[in-house]
Amino acid sequence: MIRFEQVTVTYAGAPKPTLRNVDLTIPEGELVLVIGRTGAGKSTLLKAINGLVPHFTGGTLAGRVSVDGRDTRTHPPRELADVVGYVGQDPLAGFVTDTVEEELAYAMESLGFETSVMRRRVEEILDSLGLTTLRDRPLLDLSSGQQQRVAIGSVLTAGPRVLVLDEPTSALDPPAAEEVLAALTRLVHDLGITVVMAEHRLERVVQYADRIITVHVDGTVSDDAPAPAMADAVIAPPVVELGRLARWQPLPLSVRDARRAAGPLRERLAAITHPRLTTEPASPVVTTRGLVARYGDVIALRGVDFSIAPGEIVALMGRNGAGKSSLLAQLVGLYAPAAGRVEVAGHEPHRRSASDVIRDIALVPQQPSDLFCADTVDDEIGRRPAAREMLDRLAPGIDGALHPRDLSEGQRLALALALVLTNRPPVLLLDEPTRGLDYPAKARLVKVLREYARSGSAIVVATHDVELAADAASRTVVLADGELVADGPTSEVVTASPAFAPQVAKILHPLPWLTVDQVRTGLEMSAS
Amino acid sequence: MSNAYSGPRRHPRALHAGAWWAWALALGTAATRTTNPLLLGLLLGVAAFAVAARRSSHGGRTFAFFLRLGLVVLAIRLVFEVVFGNELPGTVIVRLPSVPLPSVFAGLRIGGAVTTQSLLGATYNGLQLATLLICVGAANALASPRRLLRSLPGALYEVGIAVTVAMSFAPQLVHAAVRVRRAQRLRGFSSSGLRGWLRVALPVLQDGLESSIELAAAMDSRGFGRRGPVSALRRRITTASVLVGLLAVACAMYGLLDTGSPAVVGVPLLVGGALVAGAAVLLGGRAVVRTKYRPDRWRAAEWVTVAAGAAALAGVVLAGVWQPGSLQTNTYPIAAPQLPWPALAGLALALLPAFLTTRAPLRNAASRIPERPLVGASR
Repeated sequence: MIRFEQVTVTYAGAPKPTLRNVDLTIPEGELVLVIGRTGAGKSTLLKAINGLVPHFTGGTLAGRVSVDGRDTRTHPPRELADVVGYVGQDPLAGFVTDTVEEELAYAMESLGFETSVMRRRVEEILDSLGLTTLRDRPLLDLSSGQQQRVAIGSVLTAGPRVLVLDEPTSALDPPAAEEVLAALTRLVHDLGITVVMAEHRLERVVQYADRIITVHVDGTVSDDAPAPAMADAVIAPPVVELGRLARWQPLPLSVRDARRAAGPLRERLAAITHPRLTTEPASPVVTTRGLVARYGDVIALRGVDFSIAPGEIVALMGRNGAGKSSLLAQLVGLYAPAAGRVEVAGHEPHRRSASDVIRDIALVPQQPSDLFCADTVDDEIGRRPAAREMLDRLAPGIDGALHPRDLSEGQRLALALALVLTNRPPVLLLDEPTRGLDYPAKARLVKVLREYARSGSAIVVATHDVELAADAASRTVVLADGELVADGPTSEVVTASPAFAPQVAKILHPLPWLTVDQVRTGLEMSAS
Repeated sequence: MSNAYSGPRRHPRALHAGAWWAWALALGTAATRTTNPLLLGLLLGVAAFAVAARRSSHGGRTFAFFLRLGLVVLAIRLVFEVVFGNELPGTVIVRLPSVPLPSVFAGLRIGGAVTTQSLLGATYNGLQLATLLICVGAANALASPRRLLRSLPGALYEVGIAVTVAMSFAPQLVHAAVRVRRAQRLRGFSSSGLRGWLRVALPVLQDGLESSIELAAAMDSRGFGRRGPVSALRRRITTASVLVGLLAVACAMYGLLDTGSPAVVGVPLLVGGALVAGAAVLLGGRAVVRTKYRPDRWRAAEWVTVAAGAAALAGVVLAGVWQPGSLQTNTYPIAAPQLPWPALAGLALALLPAFLTTRAPLRNAASRIPERPLVGASR
C-alpha cells in the first residue's frame, strides 16, 4: 500500500538529513505505530506519506514514496486526498468550517463528490465514529476527544485507504484517548483501513499495533513486529519495562497479557512490605479556601479548598476542562477569585505586581514557547548563570544561537523551566508538561522535579499522564467540573478508578505498587 | 393529511443566507436615508424582532455584541459632539472651558457651550450609525457570514475561502495575544507600555503564522484546490472579469446610495457590471471540481424575505418623495419627529419574514430526536 524506496529527506539549511535511506513497505490493513525520540523525524516520515513533505514543508526528498501506486513526486497532497487521510497534531488548527457535519463534508466537497454520495458517506462516518448526536454542534463546543474524532472523520469521508495520524492522543485525557483509540481500532477491523500513527504515549497504543516502525536519531528506520521491537527499545511503556524486569517470555504488550503472566510476581511482591513514603506534615505554603473562579458565564472552579506544603509534589488530574488550568492561573494571580481566598507565601497573588509574584511562585504554561520573547536561546537566558546551568542539566547541548521556536518540545520545556526557576521560587506549577516528551525526557523531568522538591519547594503538576503522576507525585488531587473530588496519597487516588490507574497498578492489582521503579527497588531490597 | 405535515417545503429549514443578508442590508440602507429617531427606532425594532424569532444558534450572542457596539458608537458620537462640536446657537446646557487653538486649526474647537440642539442632532446621527451597525449585526445573527460565503458561486470559491480563513484568523490572534500576555506576566514582565506590546506582538504573529500554515496544510491534504480540466489562462480571465464586474457593481451602488450623484451614472454601471460578473461566474464555475454538501435552496420564502426588505427600503425612500422633510427631524427649532405612512407600511411588510419563514432547526436538536436511519440502508 505504502512504499518508501531509498528515501532521504533533508530540510533546507539542516546539516544532516532528517530521514536517511528509508526502505519501507506497509501492506494494506495494518495498524502501524511510528515511535522514536522527540525530534527524531517521526512527523517527517508521516508527512512524506501524503506528500506534505516536500510539497508543503520544503526541503529535498531523494528516493521514491508511493501510495497505492501514486508517486508523491507527481502527486501533491491534494491529488492524494482520496487515498491518504492526514490528521495533524492539533485537530482544531485543521478545521475549516463551523459545524461537525460541514467539516465531515469538506473533503468531499473539494473532491467534487455527488450530493447523494456525500449525504450517505457523512451518515456512515457519523455512525462509525459515534458522532451522530453531535452532527449539528459547533466544532468549538466539542470536547477534545470529540474534536479528534471529528478530525479523523473529516478525512475519512473522502474514502481514503490509508489514515495517517500524528500523535492523536497526546493532548487527551485518558477517557478521551480511549474513545479515539476505540474508534480507530474499529476502523481497522471493520473497514480494513491502513493506519499509520505516531505516538509518544505508548502505554495507550502499543497493544493495538501490528507493526512498529522505529525512527532512530540518525534518521535511519527499522521495522519490526511489536514484541521484538519492544524487547530492546529505549522508548518503552511501563508494561514492557515490567516485563523486562520480570523476564516474561513472550514480552507482554497489554495489561491483559501482563496480568496473566504476573501471578508469580504478585506472590513475591505480596510478601514484601511496600516502601511507603512518610512525609511529616509541614505548614502549607499555598492555600485556597472556597475558591470560585468565573469567566463570564462559565464557572471554572466552584469552591475549591486546596493546599500544598514545602517538599510536596502534587499531581492535579481531571478531564480536559475540569478546571486544572484555572486553578493554576488563580494561584499565580492571573485572575482575581470571584469568591474565596488564595494565599501564596502569605500574600494574595492577584493583589501583587507580576515581578513580586514570580519570586514566590512560577508557572510553566501548557505551551512553554509562550514564555519566550527573544530571537535566540542565549538572548532568552541573558546574563543569568543559574538559568544556563539549569538548562544544561535538563537538556544538555542546546545550541545557544538557535531560535527558541526551533527547539524540540522537550528542549522548549527545559528552556521554560530554566527561565522560571532562576529565582528559585518556593512554589513551582507545571501545566501539562509531558505533551510531546518521550520516556527518557520524562524520566529526566521527574528527576529534576524530585530534586527541586527535596530542596524544600512545593510542586504542582497538572497532567493527563497517569504514569507521570504515579512516578513523581506523593499526592494526587482530582478535579471534576470545577470541584475537587479526590485528594489523597497518589497510590490511593489513582488506583481508585480504572481510567486513572497506571499500568503497573492494573497489572499488580490489588497490590499497591504503582511504578516499575518501585517494584525494582522492592525486589532488590528483598533480595539483599 | 394531517395539519402537522403540509408538504416537504414547510419543513423547518434555515433560510438561504443570502436572503437574510439582503433583507438586513436593505433595512440598513433604509437607515442611511433617515435621521428620524422614530423611524430608526422602528427599524431597530423590526431587526431585533426578526432576530428574536429566527436567529441561528450563535445569533443571540452575536446580536448582543452588535447592540453593545451600537451603544458605544452612539456614546462616542455624543462625546465628540460635547468636546469638538461646533458651537451652534441654542439652549445652552453647560459651558465647558474652551481651549484656544492656533489659527492653523481654524474651524476646530475644543470645549465651549453645549446646547440641547447640538446634543439632539448628535443623538440622531449616532442613532443612525448605530442602527446601520445593528442591521449588519442582525444579518450576522440570522445567518452566519460563513454560510453566506458557502453559497458563493464556484468561480468565487477561492475568494470565499480566503475570507473565511481571514475571519478565523482575527479571533485566533486575539486568543493568542491574551495567552502570551499572561505568559509574559509569568516571567515578571509588565505587559503594558510599548515594549510590553512589542514583546507580545512577535510571539503572537509567529503563532498566527504557524497556525495558518497548519490550516493550509490540512486544507491541501483534504483536496482543496483541485483543478478541473481548464487552462490556467482561461481561469485567470474569468477571475479577473468577475472582480471587474463586481467592482463596477460596487461603484454603481455607491453612486445610487450617494444622494449627491445623478442616478444616470449609477444604473448603466450597475447593469453592465452585473452582466459581466454574472457571465464570468457562469463560465468560471466549470473550472471548479467542487460540489456542495446541503446547498442552500432559494425558494419562495427567500423571495418573500428579499421583497420584504426591499419594501422597507422603498417605503422609506417614497416617504422622502411624498412627504418631503419627514425623514429628517428638525433640531432648529426642536420639532417632534413625524411618522410618514409609506415608511410605516414598508416597515410593517419587513416584519413578514419573521412570521412567514420557518424557524431554522435548532443546532443540537439531534440529541433530542431519535437517530435517523442510514440514508443508504434503504437501498
